[in-house]
Amino acid sequence: MAVTEERLFGKAIKRREDPRFITGRGQYVDDVKLPGMTYAAFVRSPHAHARIKKVDAAAARKVAGVLAVYAGEDVQVGGLPCGWMLPGIKVPARPALAQGKVRYVGEPVAIVIGETPFAAKDGAEAVRVQYEALPGVADGKKAHAPGAPQLFDEIPKNQCFYWTIGDKASTDAAFASAATVVTQPLVNQRLIPNAIEPRACVASYAPGTGDLTLWVTSQNPHVHRLLMAAFVLAIPETKMRVISPDVGGGFGSKIFVYNEEVVVSWASRTLGRPVKWTAERRESFLNDAHGRDHVTEAAMAFDREGKITGLRVKTHANLGAYLSTFAPLIPSYLYGPLLSGVYKIPAIFCEVWGMLTNTAPVDAYRGAGRPEATYLLERTMDRAARQLRLDPVELRRRNFIPPFTDGTPYQTPVAFAYDSGDYAPALRRALELAGYEQARRDQAAARAKGRYIGIGVSTYIEACGPAPSAVAGSLGAGAGLWESGQVRVHPAGSVTVYTGSHSHGQGHETTFAQVVADQLGIPMEQVEVVHGDTAQIPFGMGTYGSRSACVGGSALVKCLDKIKEKGRKIAAHLLEAGEQDLDFKDGAWSVKGSPDRKKAWGEVALMAYLAHNIPQGMEPGLEATSFYDPVNFTFPFGAHVAVVEVDAETGAVKLVKYTAVDDVGRVINPMIVDGMVHGGIAQGVGQALWEHGVYGDDGQLLSATMMDYAMPKADGLPSYTTDRTVTPSPINPLGVKGAGETGTIASTPAVANAVIDALAPFGVTHLDLPLTPQKIWKAVAAAKR
Amino acid sequence: MYPAAFEYHAPTSVKDALKLLAKLKDDAKLLAGGHSLVPMMKLRLAQPGHLIDLRKVKGLSGIKEEKAALVIGAMTTHWAIESSKAAKAKLPVLAEVAGIIGDPAVRNKGTLGGSVAHADPAADWPAAMLALGAEMVCEGPKGKRTVKADDWFVGLMTTAAKGNEILTAIRVPVWPAGSGAAYMKFPHPASRFAVVGVCAAVTLDKQGVCTRAGVAVTGAGTRAVRARGVEAALTGKKLDAAAIEAAAQKAADGVDVQADLQGSVEYKAHLCRVFARRAISEAVKRAGG
Ligand SMILES: Cc1cc2nc3c(=O)[nH]c(=O)nc-3n(C[C@H](O)[C@H](O)[C@H](O)COP(=O)(O)OP(=O)(O)OC[C@H]3O[C@@H](n4cnc5c(N)ncnc54)[C@H](O)[C@@H]3O)c2cc1C
Repeated sequence: MAVTEERLFGKAIKRREDPRFITGRGQYVDDVKLPGMTYAAFVRSPHAHARIKKVDAAAARKVAGVLAVYAGEDVQVGGLPCGWMLPGIKVPARPALAQGKVRYVGEPVAIVIGETPFAAKDGAEAVRVQYEALPGVADGKKAHAPGAPQLFDEIPKNQCFYWTIGDKASTDAAFASAATVVTQPLVNQRLIPNAIEPRACVASYAPGTGDLTLWVTSQNPHVHRLLMAAFVLAIPETKMRVISPDVGGGFGSKIFVYNEEVVVSWASRTLGRPVKWTAERRESFLNDAHGRDHVTEAAMAFDREGKITGLRVKTHANLGAYLSTFAPLIPSYLYGPLLSGVYKIPAIFCEVWGMLTNTAPVDAYRGAGRPEATYLLERTMDRAARQLRLDPVELRRRNFIPPFTDGTPYQTPVAFAYDSGDYAPALRRALELAGYEQARRDQAAARAKGRYIGIGVSTYIEACGPAPSAVAGSLGAGAGLWESGQVRVHPAGSVTVYTGSHSHGQGHETTFAQVVADQLGIPMEQVEVVHGDTAQIPFGMGTYGSRSACVGGSALVKCLDKIKEKGRKIAAHLLEAGEQDLDFKDGAWSVKGSPDRKKAWGEVALMAYLAHNIPQGMEPGLEATSFYDPVNFTFPFGAHVAVVEVDAETGAVKLVKYTAVDDVGRVINPMIVDGMVHGGIAQGVGQALWEHGVYGDDGQLLSATMMDYAMPKADGLPSYTTDRTVTPSPINPLGVKGAGETGTIASTPAVANAVIDALAPFGVTHLDLPLTPQKIWKAVAAAKR
Repeated sequence: MYPAAFEYHAPTSVKDALKLLAKLKDDAKLLAGGHSLVPMMKLRLAQPGHLIDLRKVKGLSGIKEEKAALVIGAMTTHWAIESSKAAKAKLPVLAEVAGIIGDPAVRNKGTLGGSVAHADPAADWPAAMLALGAEMVCEGPKGKRTVKADDWFVGLMTTAAKGNEILTAIRVPVWPAGSGAAYMKFPHPASRFAVVGVCAAVTLDKQGVCTRAGVAVTGAGTRAVRARGVEAALTGKKLDAAAIEAAAQKAADGVDVQADLQGSVEYKAHLCRVFARRAISEAVKRAGG
């Protein structure tokens, strides 16, 4: 733990990046303007599954302002890589532009480059593609059935992988001797991410040097560079610079390497001119990687005391038509290992079938695997409570893992060893803030009057800060999962911080400046945070999995340790004192016992660069680089309580009250963490009540516009009550756990449980998400009949 | 995002606008607030060769009070109606309908005339126009003509307006003392258009007997329609809860209810009945019943 006195850590400092964002001065990819810019538009498949008979670009080439049209094999690059392998996995080839066949609606078939975006679009409309339509399949479970349409000849039954975790024998034994078995089939529906800024890229190839610069909406510019340079374009990394400037949200969808940036990069090299592409919202719906889409059968075994003895899970995970960059990871290692939740479960066995279907590829979406696991557990716990005639809160309490906060991890039966946890206090606090007992009394009184109030609880765990690289490697990762940091002190004492993590809404420029300024005892204004440019920053892994603070922040702390060590040597030399005799406080080194004998930070920094009087043999300069590889994930947790009222006549749900108590370890900036929690809750409520990426049986995306796909809106959400408990993570120097995804993970089951609780008088035990008015009305109407 | 190429015209009088329309015919589209047309152009679902912008045409916006009617210029924005003193005093239901369309940005751009001319099956205004008995005033090469709301909404996004006509105003009759009206909708979770919307207006006599009723349903079918069965069931009755409930049962009769992601035919027909009951009950309350 940092020994420096903390002035900024824990303070709700306003985000320094916000003034530029809210006054329209952000610099996003689409703001990049280059001389000679050309514009790309894509021709996309209108079919879910079809053979491409012919691409006729003659008319398109004649459109005024059209420079070039390329289709399929014209684009001479490698296929899009998959960055995570599972045992026995079959990875389908994924060409940058469809070749031979199209396999989902929206798959890019051709690119048209024009002098203006209008010309490109006109050209794209003029491309005639002849298709021979084939039967398709959109549902992950139906794709597995005998006789289902086959996407790839070489992947029988469309089964990309079969993966298990846990112990089958002990789980079978637990079920054989169970006092009660609770079964819960459930669907975790497909979601479409919808970052406010659509994906975009500008590729600029300099024929004179052979250098390619790619501005791209990426959560991980170095990963983009690595995958594109090494696997797709086959050029040295030194010839490619990836810049990911201001990025307006990602939620996972901007981690991956997509067709568009690959084709646009190749086209720029081919044409010798810069090429820009910015997705239209409809393209985002069709081709951004989607999230979730599981069909699951879960069963939980209990003993006579209501203690869980076993959990069995069978999941069909719909991966879409091709494997997106990290697709195999999400329904496997980010899902199965979370299935113990905050509960002591002696035996777990989970099977997952990774299925290819005629739908857009599915990959990490905020929470990525953990929301699926948490929803499964929390929904099943509520159903179990109903079956066991126990209050859902009581059932949870009986099964909590006892507190472990002394650094000894808790080993689950599904690989994870939790870093630290104390689950009961978070639940107690959430119930207190939600007025749980009173809410139950209100519920009973309302029911007597024919009003249906429901109360839902979820107690969750989440795994953040991926991950020890060696572990990731052993599980199939194509990359390490450490993070880089670099701290460069300038002669007058100001500091530039380079982080390999990336901010696309998280507020790194503020949070990291707080940490660094604190540790050096200098004002925040003296600290500049730089991210998102492979030419400036050491190789880094980027931001996802709530890893920036715990992994990226720790890398910075390591840098600061080195800087302070060197600074101390210089100060000791200047003060003619022993290093161990110096105190470092408020940005100055002083001699213990005689505080006026001191050297300020700025003096030391200056001397490091003047080098007129530094210890003999010491190199001039003051900067440090670190690569921090965590020893474990971190495991935030908490308890959320939702209160809803259902209009039984129409099925409409009103979220009346929402309480969240999260434990994300130590908190650097509570305002930023609150913002994360608030946004996360909205997203999770969206999954519970509104959002659904719906494919028709023919594979057409029926919810492909904002008019059809229901995003959460402010008027559907109450003001939240939030609070925290603080259980520091013992595994990193900041004691932080990660706060980016907790809200999303916890809120979906809390709201779902509340709705099902409201419908208890009608005998409803489960409905699949999203809990739309129609579904609820049908269930109520059925009960009344 | 990028519409097909078009030419832009900005006439300043109805006469000039009509001339352009006569010349350009089907290749031209009138542009009002642009909040239905422009999105369709960006998706290239509409690709007019010419846009005739009505925003500079004089005399097309504002609310005029006549003796027994409000005459609302076609280019009057939803917001202007929502905030209009005349509307609030004489036909508060108009302000109510305007106030639940989209969001403030939409309401400050979108116009009554545009909505009525567009005839989106899920738009809010058509229900109010039908229930209140409004008339559409059109101008064409042969001069003015007036079309009753009942005859205006002829099908999915089609109206009785001829291609060479401009809708210039909407005349909404002011209902006599003892009347009340209400609009209630079940909003689409994404678009906030009406999955089902019902506008109800009633006039009650001194004894509380309904002497006139106007009820119309939007959202559920391919076009907004009068619920004549409901109106007949209300007229001549004292409107207690039972009478309202019984009348509301007929709300989906004559609606060509369409199933979609929001609901089956059965569910939407049910919503028609529920929202009819709610809107009528509120209208009766406002009428002092
Ligand atoms: C985000 C959003 C949310 C919305 N929510 C709702 C909602 O909740 N409820 C709702 O009812 N509507 C909603 N709308 C639609 C909105 O009310 C539109 O403004 C309205 O439907 C059309 O009016 P406009 O003035 O924008 O017309 P335009 O888009 O300019 O025109 C629409 C059509 O009418 C024709 N037209 C326009 N004026 C005339 C005229 N004077 N004579 C003849 N033809 C004419 C045009 O040629 C065009 O075909 C929403 C729109 C948006 C963008």
